[in-house]
Amino acid sequence: MKYLDEFRNPDLARALFDDLARMTTRPWAIMEVCGGQTHSIIRNGIDQLLPDQIELIHGPGCPVCVTPLEIIDKALAIAARPEVIFCSFGDMLRVPGSGQDLFGVKSAGGDVRIVYSPLDAVKLAQQHPDREVVFFGIGFETTAPANAMAVFQARQLGLANFSMLVSHVLVPPAIAAIMESPGNRVQAFLAAGHVCSVMGTWEYEPLVARYHVPIVVTGFEPLDVLEGIRRTVVQAGSQARCWRTPIRAVRHEGNVPAQKMLADVFTVTDRKWRGIGAIPRSGWRLSDAYRAFDAEVRFQVEDIRTEESPLCRSGDVLRGMLKPNQCPAFGKECTRARRWARPWSPARARAPHYQYRPPRRWS
Amino acid sequence: MCLGIPGRITEKYERDGVPMGKADFGGISKEICLAYVPDIEIGQYTIVHVGFAITELDEASALESLRLFEEMGTLAEELGVAGADTDA
Repeated sequence: MKYLDEFRNPDLARALFDDLARMTTRPWAIMEVCGGQTHSIIRNGIDQLLPDQIELIHGPGCPVCVTPLEIIDKALAIAARPEVIFCSFGDMLRVPGSGQDLFGVKSAGGDVRIVYSPLDAVKLAQQHPDREVVFFGIGFETTAPANAMAVFQARQLGLANFSMLVSHVLVPPAIAAIMESPGNRVQAFLAAGHVCSVMGTWEYEPLVARYHVPIVVTGFEPLDVLEGIRRTVVQAGSQARCWRTPIRAVRHEGNVPAQKMLADVFTVTDRKWRGIGAIPRSGWRLSDAYRAFDAEVRFQVEDIRTEESPLCRSGDVLRGMLKPNQCPAFGKECTRARRWARPWSPARARAPHYQYRPPRRWS
Repeated sequence: MCLGIPGRITEKYERDGVPMGKADFGGISKEICLAYVPDIEIGQYTIVHVGFAITELDEASALESLRLFEEMGTLAEELGVAGADTDA
């Protein structure tokens, strides 16, 4: 447990907590959407310092965790091919598919490389015209403009040896799916500032109106999150609103040049979320104009179909039915060593719990 | 890869027709793509995500965020700097 004096401005933190204690007149179940917010909450003990009536539920905002098993299996199949240089963000390498992970493919001789930016993969394609360079394009709306630019640039440069395995996911359809799921307990959302710096806040207003649910956009710093919670609670009894904490980087319209690029390169598609299942129109795939750069088509892995283990309760964790540490797998099969084995468990939704509050049997 | 890191623009140039530049992240310099912040000037701060500037940022907020990243020990990891602890 952390203490108030560890906040960057302890006086402000204390004032916010006092304010919350005064204002909270009913129970709240608030979902923080982004894994960065979750880290901040657990690390600073925000959840333990809040009034008892406020419950925080860890949301689906970890792109690594929600990437479906079958996309991982497709990545593994492509990465194992001798002609392929498979490029990925480092986070994805230890996510297991049905069998092994990308590290396994690499140690078996596959050419798997970690890149910082998708443009690094484009550069590799220029440097290795005799090889097929494939980039693993995952992420939420924050990452999508970067991946879109890589495909755009590959086309501009006429790089026939570049392609992308795309598994992009979108926040607003996930919020809608959570609100419509049977037995939903979530009464408010803390949306992620970084996503909104790209997409703006205009997408959230129809959700607020349709579901009468407050959505407050926050950064991931502890005081941002705290202010977001305060802005949520203050809405009790009044009409739900979309609000953003004074994070400088978020505008209502978002980043317009980025949105234009996204509209050109990607098109909305149904998407499976690991541990949750299919959500209609919840992702992006390459648009028809960029179909030639689709690695699923190029390497004929479209028919790979894999289902999740029925033991996993991660979907319940996501919907707030279950706390991460209430899942039977927590600290057992979902261990630090296999931290990516289940999406909401060893992965990001649980990683903060492990990092800051490990189970007792942990060694 | 999840987070956005504030950086200060130190250089602007074009490569293969794409606006690029360099940014300083508390002493670490990285090449970044500036295509989505066409109006940004040298000396200004931006939030960088996987090598792309996604929005402008004021200096005070930028410095505060950088300090927090350093404190959390995630700066090098987010910037993909060799030797970074990716087990976070």
